This record gives sequence, structure tokens and C-alpha cells, in this order.
Amino acid sequence: MGAHEQAAQGHEHGHAHHHEESFVSKYVFSQDHKMISKQFLITAIFMGIIAVMLSIFFRLQLGWPGESFGILNTFLGDRWAPDGILDRNAYLAIVTIHGTIMVFFVLTGGLSGTFANLLIPLQVGARDMASGFLNMLSYWFFFVSSVIMIASLFVEGGAASGGWTIYPPLSALPQAMPGSGLGMTLWLISMVLFVASSLLGGLNYIVTIINLRTRGMKMSRLPLTVWALLVTAILGVLSFPVLVSAVVLLIMDRSFGTAFYLSDIFIGGEALDVTGGSPILFQHLFWFLGHPEVYIVLLPALGISSEVISTNSRKPIFGYKAMVASILAIGFLSFIVWGHHMYVTGMNPFLGSVFVFTTLLIAIPSAVKAFNYLTTLWQGNIRFTPAMLFSIGLVSTFVTGGLTGIILADSALDVNVHDTYFVVAHFHIVMGMSAIFGMLAGVYHWFPRMYGRMLNTKLGYAHFWLTLVCGFGVFFPMHFVGIAGAPRRYYSYSTFEFLQNTMDLNPIISVFAIVGGLAQLLFLFNFFHSIWFGQKAVQNPWGSNTLEWTAPVEHMHGNWPGALPEVHRWAYDYSNPEHEDDFVPQTVPLKPGEHAH
Amino acid sequence: MKLLILLVIVLGIIAIAQLTRVYELTRGLRKTREEEISPADNRMNAMLMLAWMIVFFLCTIWLYVRYGDYLPEPASAHGVDVDKLMNVNIWMITIMFFIVNFLLFWFSYKYYYRKDRKARFFAHDNRLEMVWTLIPGVVMAFIIVYGLIIWNRMTGPASDEAMRVEVYSKQFDWTVRYPGENAVFGAADYNLISTENALGLVTREGIAVKIAELDAQIEKKREGLEENARLPVWPASYVEAVEDQIYRLQRHKQRIMDLSEFKSPEGLSEWEAGADDKIVKGELHLPVGKEVEFIFRSQDVLHSAYMPHFRAQMNTVPGVPTRFKMTPTITTREMREKLGKDDFDYILLCNKVCGSAHFNMQIKVIIEDEADYNAWLAQQKTFGGAAAPAAEPAQKDTLTTAMVN
Repeated sequence: MGAHEQAAQGHEHGHAHHHEESFVSKYVFSQDHKMISKQFLITAIFMGIIAVMLSIFFRLQLGWPGESFGILNTFLGDRWAPDGILDRNAYLAIVTIHGTIMVFFVLTGGLSGTFANLLIPLQVGARDMASGFLNMLSYWFFFVSSVIMIASLFVEGGAASGGWTIYPPLSALPQAMPGSGLGMTLWLISMVLFVASSLLGGLNYIVTIINLRTRGMKMSRLPLTVWALLVTAILGVLSFPVLVSAVVLLIMDRSFGTAFYLSDIFIGGEALDVTGGSPILFQHLFWFLGHPEVYIVLLPALGISSEVISTNSRKPIFGYKAMVASILAIGFLSFIVWGHHMYVTGMNPFLGSVFVFTTLLIAIPSAVKAFNYLTTLWQGNIRFTPAMLFSIGLVSTFVTGGLTGIILADSALDVNVHDTYFVVAHFHIVMGMSAIFGMLAGVYHWFPRMYGRMLNTKLGYAHFWLTLVCGFGVFFPMHFVGIAGAPRRYYSYSTFEFLQNTMDLNPIISVFAIVGGLAQLLFLFNFFHSIWFGQKAVQNPWGSNTLEWTAPVEHMHGNWPGALPEVHRWAYDYSNPEHEDDFVPQTVPLKPGEHAH
Repeated sequence: MKLLILLVIVLGIIAIAQLTRVYELTRGLRKTREEEISPADNRMNAMLMLAWMIVFFLCTIWLYVRYGDYLPEPASAHGVDVDKLMNVNIWMITIMFFIVNFLLFWFSYKYYYRKDRKARFFAHDNRLEMVWTLIPGVVMAFIIVYGLIIWNRMTGPASDEAMRVEVYSKQFDWTVRYPGENAVFGAADYNLISTENALGLVTREGIAVKIAELDAQIEKKREGLEENARLPVWPASYVEAVEDQIYRLQRHKQRIMDLSEFKSPEGLSEWEAGADDKIVKGELHLPVGKEVEFIFRSQDVLHSAYMPHFRAQMNTVPGVPTRFKMTPTITTREMREKLGKDDFDYILLCNKVCGSAHFNMQIKVIIEDEADYNAWLAQQKTFGGAAAPAAEPAQKDTLTTAMVN
């Protein structure tokens, strides 16, 4: 503690000297965690707009295959959408970039970047991140990585097209498809920068949480958001380097004549000089990141919803210790389940059985979390803020999507639904919708803390209900399309007689996708309008216990004027019968004789 | 049309802006704040929770009724087991889906905010938490054991009587190979692939022909270089490219010369076993009721051989042969009768993204009586008969001369 106090004082001391900040150091190369958080959020929103637009483009093709849409030609041009009909290579490219942007840029960089930056220092009671400079680098690596990924959409041959998992040899051989040329190179470079960003951020988050907690903020008093962000950061730091190694080996195979992933390949009329490599090696390396990645995306959303549900039910989160234990258990298990993506690669069936076992174990901590959410709502006093609505939506998507995971985890069943729309339905609900809902809940909940103004509640309601209905409208029917045997990443299904009985769902799905996409305009308008014109926020609008609401509305470097707040209790003393108010901030000392949780 | 869409979007945004302004003005007049959720709003959202739950459940039931019969009955022996396991799982998760979503939306409805009430301070209960740790634990144990029993049965070694069929993938079609009379597949190597030898079967004469072909190519390029050395007209970069091509052709030749010959326990050379192999494009025929072990190979990128009607799937991996065994139980004709569709066919389709025509990489699977199957197979040409080069069978010494070059 002593060293920390000193550091904090040193910081204040330094802070007094450079009070005048230039535009560039305040808004561009800022080292303040609050500004960096906003930078991450707005970049992610921008990337999200692109990813949603891409999804609408390919939904047009899937809903009405072969039909001409002027809008496709407007956006994609004569090369990719001649006569308004999506080109089949362009289809694969936009599917790939949609997935990449959503998984990495929106739900990893956007979600963790925004809320880890905003909440960790404010909720543990620190002046800023452990290293403001690394934090700034983290954002700028993310920014450059985003720019490169977007730029890859415009190069000769188009963007990477082998699916967001970029399995070699397809991604390794430029002659295999147009998207495996320059587009793929840019994808790989962008990903290396992205991982650098994620590591710089992640290390910073871990160090800050471990070392910079204010007086009294024991680990057992951390809000669940911080616990979730901590485990997320640890997962990222341990798994992202493996993705880099996979990517570097792929770059070697593509450009320097090695054969890590390639063997016995005859393509384009030529027998390549490659033997002894294995494409399966890439899958092992990729999914060693790829599966923890699912939880890197999901855990922050679960952390946010724990906070929001507890606050707005005016009830303590049920089973705090079990929630922490579940987060830790999920984090640990997520490292030993990656093989469930590979049951049909020819992997040893015994190894498959091991992964069946470990994967299905994850159902247990997940079930604990779901039931704890339900019990938190039970006999609560639920205030329907937009954030609360999205958090309730998250519990529904988490359970609904999680349950189908039981089928996919079972290798014997996976054989018949692997890589079909059933998988698409599963992960879009459990990871896509849940994480997006968590992110939106976070934005609605902490917008006053970020911008000092309120978002419009009524627009928030409309946004939530449209998004919920359209989200399920898009992804729920996909289970049935998939279980009928429809493979994913197909440009068209018209040549398959046996699939025709479920194909009438496709236009319905597409309509929901378009309406759901347009509904996001409500949010965009609300967000950007409220930054400047929203109602001015009060210090603690939601009646919350956590430390971030004890800081002044106006942002200041160092977060709190004067001394750092001191913590005396856990974060969930809502409706505590020993107190008059229905919330008791963490800074309030225990009453004489009060029982601490 | 474009203009119209743009106009609608712009007008929509303006409308929202105006509505928001009106709303904010009235809110300002009433002096309410965004964070104070009015009783009316709380009630409305609570009712919507209930309404949504009902709509969600009704739509789910409709989907189950309308699309629940996803595929025809399984046409393979293990498929029956898989479907049983699937049904158990679907029932279980459907029940859980309804229970948890019901509780979630019901609680959200029932406990919406009332000013006069205080939430119940209920922070933990070890007994309850034990219950919902142990129950999923027990259910998962059952699912794991049941699933793994089926999995082990599916993936165990094929019996000795099983027939073997090779399914070979490339962008964007499938080729099938039957081992012929001797029941042994001839060796195959990607270095020998050519238009006449799509699977790269290794035969002594094939090697000789390929090496001669490569030698001719190398010779031609060398001549070009020599000519250019006398009268330099090529830019340096082109010379380099040609040198590189020669190098690669030499490497190719070297790889072919490195091939070694293996013999089966019966003394049959793998280089000779391929002569009676039967290579078929466009259709995969299998006899009903007989166990078949597929051997999957791939020429270029990953593909996946997916046969939904048989609940079967396996990736095809360049350089790494993969296997899957199954026993077809229903002939195509029987299935047509069951479904009342004269044009029904089983298919095998590619289910791992493999390039621009991935979505149409399919082959018909025909299951027939053993007699019909044998008759069909007898009509297929053998590799030796169909594609053996006219050249005299190469002797060991021709090979050695080739190697010296």
C-alpha cells in the first residue's frame, strides 16, 4: 500500500505541473483512461456499423438469391456486385470481414477496450491505469489495426475470404481464391497489430487491478465487472500470443516458402514443393486462442450485466462468491476445450472424447451464473432502465444460446451439425447477441459517467425491444435451417433439393436482419446526439454503490479531487435492511455492530 | 430506388430528431429526469416482458411444429443412434429453455418497481447454490457418458469385412476410387497428378512418363536460356523467373525419384496394385447393409465430406488421409418410396469453405442392392485400362538413367 500511495502522490504532483493540455494530448494521444475508453468505444461503433452493413449485404443475397439490389451495386461497385447481384467471391469476403470485425474489433477491442479502460481505475479507486503510455499505445495499435482491416476491403482481389478462422491451405495459397492474395496479407498484418494492442491493454489491466486498488478494496470487495475484466485480461494475455505464432507461421508459409501448414498440395496445375506440414496444426493453434476468445468476448458482458442487474433490481447480486468462482472456472476451462471445434478434422477420437468431457463441464459454472441472475431478479424491485433491459435480454440469450452448445459439444452429434447454420445460430445468440447486449447495457449504464450527460430513455426502450425481437428473429430460425443440413458460408442453396423445405425461412431472417440493422440507427442517433445535447447527468444517477459514482461528473485527470476514496464494504449493499436508503456506497463505513458481507 | 432509400433514411433520422426534441421539451417542462423511470414506463416494460415471452414461446413452438422434422430418417446404422441421442438432448435443452426463459421474463414482469416496496436482501444461500451446481453436474455426467458411448461406437476401427472406398476432393468436385479386384488401393502421390491421372496413382510407367515430361520441360527452358545468353533480349527479371522455374521442375523431379515402393504382406507392390483401381466421377455408389470405411484425401485445400442423410461428416485434409466408417441401411429406391419423391437422391456435399464454387461442390450418393452395385462396378473402367500410357512398361534401368539426369 505504501508504494502505491507514493505513486499516487507522485502522479498528483506531476499532474499539477502540466495542467494545460493541448488538443492533441487531450483528445488524440491521450493517456487518460477515460478518454482512451471513449476512443475505443467510438472506433468500435464505427467498425460495428461496417460489420452490420456487410451482414445486410450478404443477407440480401441469402434471402433473395440471385436477385438484383441497387444498393449492393452502390456500395460494392460493378466488380463485386455487377448488376446489383453479389459476386460469389465478394460474398465470401464480406462474410469473412463481418466475422473478423465483430469478433475482434467490436467485441474484443470494443468491449474490453471501452469498459476495462473506463471501469478498472474508477471501480478499484485508482488515479489512472498503471501505465498511461502503454494504454495509449494499446489504443493506437488498435486504431492502426482497424484501418488496415478496413483498407483490406479495397485491394485487388478483395479482402480475406476464407472465413474469419482463415484455415490454411485456403488462406496460405494465393492461387486458391482471389481473397487469399493481398487481402489476406493485410488481414494477417492487421491481426498482429491487434494482438499487440490487446496484450498492451491486457497487461495494463492486470497490473492495475492487482496493484492500484485503493485502501480497503480487497479482492473480495471488487465489483464483478472488475473480476470479469481481470479474468478476461488474463485469458487474453495467455492466449493471444498463440494466435500471433499461428499468424507468423502462416505468413512464413505464404511468403517465405516454409511448409508448417502445407503438405502434398497440387493446385493451379502445379505440384507445390511442400511436404510434411499439417493444416490441422493451424487449427490447434488458432483455437487455442479461439476458444478463450469466446470468453474474452463474453465475460466482460457478464460482468457488466451482473453490475446492472444488481443495481436495477435494488438487490445484492445473488451468490457473489459463486459468481467469482464461476468466472474463474469458466476462465480456466476455456483453455482446455479448443478441440471441440475440431471433432471432424480426423483428430484422434480419444482426444475428441477428452474435449467432450471438458467442454460439457463448462455448462456447470454457466448454469450457476444463469440461476444466480434469476435469483437476483427474484423479489427484487426492478427498475427498467435501458441498461437493465439489455441485461435481462443478455440472460435470455446467454441461456438460449448456451443450451444449444450442449449439442455441439457432444462429438457424436457435432458430426451432423458441424459447420451448419446450427452453429451459426448457436454462437450468434450465445456470444454475438449476449456480448452486444452486454456492451449496450454498459453504454446505457455508464454513458453519464463517460460523457456527463444522459442518454434518452425512450429511444433506449425502442432500441432494446426492436433489437431483441430482431436478434432472435434472425438467429433463432437458423437452428432449424442448420439442423436440416444447410452448411454455413454457402453463397446459395438453390441446387439442393433436400434443403428447400427450410429455405422459406431465409427471407424472413433477412427481413429481421435489415430491420434490426436499421434499429441501430436509433442508438447511433441517441448516442451522438446525447454527447452534446443530452440532459446533464447528476453524480450518481442510478443510485449505485460502486466507486466510479463517487467521482465528480466533470472528468478530471486523476479521477478524484483530493484523497482517493476509501472502501469499507462490498459493492452490493442494495436494500440492506440495516440501512434506510436502498443503496449504500462502498465508501460508507460500517455502522457499529453492522455485519459485513 | 437508391434515392428513395436514402430519402427514407434521412427522413427517418429527421423524424427521430424532431420527436426527441418534442420529448425533451415536454420532459423539461415536467422537470423529470432521464434516470427516473416513471411508474408508467416500468409497468409498460413489465407488460412487454410478459408479451415478449408469450410471442417468443409461440414462435418457438411454431418453428418446432413446422420445421422440427428436419431430415428424413437416418439412412445409416450409426445414424439411428445419433438421432436417438439428438432427441434426448433436444428434449432436455427445450425443457430448460422454457423453464429458464419463463422464470426470467416472469420475474421481470412480477417484480417491476413499486415505490412502496423494498427488495428482499438475499445475498446468498449455500443450499440453493449447491442444488444448481449438482443438478447440472449430474445431468452433464449423463449426457457425457451417453454421448461418448455413441461416439466410441462410431469411431472405433472398422471390421475386417468392411469395404474401403476412397473419396478424393479438389476445388470443386469429388472423385471416388474403388480398390478393384485385389482389394488394395494403389499408392498415390500428388507429384504425379495430371489430366490423365487425376488422383496421382503411382505406377512404374507413370513415373517414367512424368520424369520424361519434366526432363523435356527443363530442357526446353534451358535451351531458351542458352539462346538468350547468345543474344540477350530477355530482361534480367525474366531470366531469373525462368531459372526459378527450372529449379522448381528439378525439385519436382527429385521428389518423384524419392518415392519408395512398399509391398503389402501378400507381396503385392503398391505400385502395381493401382492398375485395377476404379476411378469414378459424379456418383458415389455403395451397397446397402455393408460396412464401408471411407478414406478421404484432398488435393489442394481443406474440404469436408458431409452426408447429412447418413449423419456422417469428415474433413478432407491435404497430406493427411482421414477416415470415417458407416453402414448404409436404406437404398435410394426405398428412400424415394418412403418420401414419395421420385427424384430424391442422397448427396455428399462440401462443408468446409474452399473457394468461390464451394456452395456447389456436391456428388450424388447412390445406395443399392449388392447385385445392382456389383453390376454397376463391373461396368466401370479400371485405371490401368483407361489411363495407362501407351509406352512400354519402364524397367528398373530406365528409371536409373532418369535419375542420373
